[in-house]
Amino acid sequence: MKVTFKVNGKSETVDVAADTPLLWVLRDTLGMTGTKFGCGKALCGACTVHLSGNAVRSCQVQIGSLNGADVTTIEGLGGNHKVQRAWEALDVPQCGYCQPGQMMSASALLASNKNPSDSDINAAMSGNICRCGTYPRIRAAIKAAAKMS
Amino acid sequence: MEKIVKNEARRDFLKVSGTVAGGLALGFYLPQSRQAQAADGGSPNAWVRIGGDNSVTIMCARSEMGQDVYTSMPMLVAEELEVDLNRVNVEFAPPAEVYINSLLGGQLTGGSTAVRDGWEKLRKAGASARMMLVAAAADNWGVDASQCTVSDGVISGPGGKKATYGSVAAKAAGMEVPKEVPLKPASQFKYVGNVKQKRLDTAAKVRGTAGFGVDTRIPGMKYAAVAMAPMMGGKLISYNDSRAKNFPGVHAVVQYSRGVAVVADDWWTAKKAVATLDPRWDGGPNANLDMTGLWAGIEEASNKPGAVFRESGDANQGLANAAKMITATYRLPFQSHSPMEPQNSVADVRADKAVIITPTQFQQLIPHVVAGATGLTPEQVEVQTTFLGGGFGRRVEVDYAIDAAEISKAAGVPVKMVWSREDDMTHDSYRPAGMYKFTAGVDAKGKLQALKFHSTSPSISSRLFPSIVKDGIDPFAVEGIDNFPYMADAGMSFSYQMHDTGVQVGYWRGVSHNLNAVALEAFIDELAVNAGVDPIQYRIDMLDMGSTKHQWSGLSAGVPVGARMKRVLEETKKITKFGKKMPAGKGQGVAVMEGYNSVVAIVAEVTVSSTYDVSLDKVTAVVDGGTLVHPDQALAQIQSCINMGQGVALYSEITVKNGIVEQNNFDGYRVARMNETPEIDVHFIKSDSVPGGLGEPATAVVQPAIANAIFAACGKRVRTLPMTPEHIAAA
Repeated sequence: MKVTFKVNGKSETVDVAADTPLLWVLRDTLGMTGTKFGCGKALCGACTVHLSGNAVRSCQVQIGSLNGADVTTIEGLGGNHKVQRAWEALDVPQCGYCQPGQMMSASALLASNKNPSDSDINAAMSGNICRCGTYPRIRAAIKAAAKMS
Repeated sequence: MEKIVKNEARRDFLKVSGTVAGGLALGFYLPQSRQAQAADGGSPNAWVRIGGDNSVTIMCARSEMGQDVYTSMPMLVAEELEVDLNRVNVEFAPPAEVYINSLLGGQLTGGSTAVRDGWEKLRKAGASARMMLVAAAADNWGVDASQCTVSDGVISGPGGKKATYGSVAAKAAGMEVPKEVPLKPASQFKYVGNVKQKRLDTAAKVRGTAGFGVDTRIPGMKYAAVAMAPMMGGKLISYNDSRAKNFPGVHAVVQYSRGVAVVADDWWTAKKAVATLDPRWDGGPNANLDMTGLWAGIEEASNKPGAVFRESGDANQGLANAAKMITATYRLPFQSHSPMEPQNSVADVRADKAVIITPTQFQQLIPHVVAGATGLTPEQVEVQTTFLGGGFGRRVEVDYAIDAAEISKAAGVPVKMVWSREDDMTHDSYRPAGMYKFTAGVDAKGKLQALKFHSTSPSISSRLFPSIVKDGIDPFAVEGIDNFPYMADAGMSFSYQMHDTGVQVGYWRGVSHNLNAVALEAFIDELAVNAGVDPIQYRIDMLDMGSTKHQWSGLSAGVPVGARMKRVLEETKKITKFGKKMPAGKGQGVAVMEGYNSVVAIVAEVTVSSTYDVSLDKVTAVVDGGTLVHPDQALAQIQSCINMGQGVALYSEITVKNGIVEQNNFDGYRVARMNETPEIDVHFIKSDSVPGGLGEPATAVVQPAIANAIFAACGKRVRTLPMTPEHIAAA
């Protein structure tokens, strides 16, 4: 089916099976590979994007439900988002594979909570797995980003 | 370098051995494509390429899987090349002899060897290239090279003469390779040891532009999803492609060695079509394998004598004379690597050549195995290494590159084969399970007099590198105890019984340190408790200060560890106030180990609930890792190891039923998450010794520290991992 939706502010029309997860539309149809495949079952958070500003697992969102939707991916954070600046300042990534999903979760958290506590961070970030164990730096980077303008 | 020879079981290879003498083989090999790119500049050697535009490219010959080789290795070259590290381009090296890891004998990333292997070699490569560039400029000017100086890629000569590296690079490539290559003293290091140095790959990784294997796209490429035998060693009997073939977007359905693949315009279509194939499998030799039988097999094998790998004095006599005998048996489970990027590979196999683009830790092997799978010669196979979305040893295996090559050949198109998480977790080469038996004889004060140790565990190397397995001993099965640092004056006897369980095993971060040292350091705690002595003091008191590395510890530098351990343990005691009074339900535990020529001590602090749920509250690590090349990333590696060790200590295990791995995603295989992350405090011992490896050892050390903390908190000595509430309750 044909679906027209916005990705990072730009209108895109794709013609794929309605049950195709947004993840694979982004990666394979649109060639935007910043959003990562990790588990396919909303267990790891690697594929996190924003749908109308909320963090969602794109492996669980079918494209057929997205006509007119507004999607933001890691590419749409712009490169100078405070989360990206904080991640860079603290050299958070190791292998880096989960980090786009981590940053999308973190940026959604900060959009709704200007000064998240440790338990707020746990609640928002525990769905994102990092096998390299960058969690201490992610926590510190979220706190650093919260202080940035 | 001996050639790799495949045997009939296509995926095995017989030997990779031999090392490059001297380590430095300047200009030995550069692929044609690289030479063409450098045509407007020059390559003084295989590590450095200077563009006519003064761009500097440094080759990174190890795979970047998070451990920072992308920065720490070019750092070593740039230190001597005298260029701005933060403006260099870094490129992953193709397979070539010059890039062989001298500590492993192959172009292989593993064993926490990258910086140790590169420490002198890469600085010399940088210095040699600089000397050739200077020699070229000096020759142009008719002056002696000693009259020239270099700063940030610009050569200055007498009378204000200036030449950029780019302007003399082509000439430099033809200059004589210097025989004597002096290196600058540590006091002049600009990059090495610089605490402010940032990673060179962070900018790409925070923008989603770092190219992982799974992100690769090449012209004409299709996407492949697969169905593989769920049972280990199973074989495809039949499948029905009548529906799959008619899916819109499906290009081909092809059978390959391990199963059947659908090749389509996008991965989701391929995956959906795979679900319709109704494959039938012959379960093979492991069709009835389950954990009860598997552990019974290990138990039975553990009654065999095994091969003695370390012996002194007369352990039996020592035990007979001891005031008291203390015995314990530890059982450790299989574990999965489960890197966040599932296994994948791009393959473009043509009649006369193949291109493999893949996240691999072992690029050198791929031309050989792909040649075997496609009928091409190794010379016809080009390999490009991408960023790796985690490795942890999983990508030492090259199975997925072979699969992709077979599928590309059969489908007649370039393919990107991507495994689902379920494919990945159930087709791993797992961290071995094993049984670890101790018999200790102690004197009336509880001091260790004699020790027998007997491990029973599968051998990884007997499949991957059989030539290094000798007299029943796999050197990668006795780590973490072959370097036993304590005294047992009456005698010790350590033996290893190789036992194949049917589950394919592989190198997993820390390898057998993760087995032997975990059991050993928990058992030492048992001895300390028996003696009624503070566990840190108990260790310090029995350190063998004269001991050097044992013969099997091939990946270490051969330096004595007793003094280093004493220093680390004393520091640990001070920092953690070890032995302080803890509130009810809380406990501290300590462990120490030498591995990869680094010494790591860890104190874990836990809270154990009345239902035996464990909260890991704080982890303090004290590390003697020698010279820290990139201090902030040395820290990152310790943090990383602690996280991974926490997961296998407390949460995860791989089990098998009817030959099928029972955990297939992160719901069944639980890993540590943000809300479970302890406060982590890492201290490095200041050292000007050679660098130690830091990517692995702490993974092992944190586990017994947690076990010992659990005992301190609740009095339960858990000898079966993971330390779940069930296993603690049963202890």
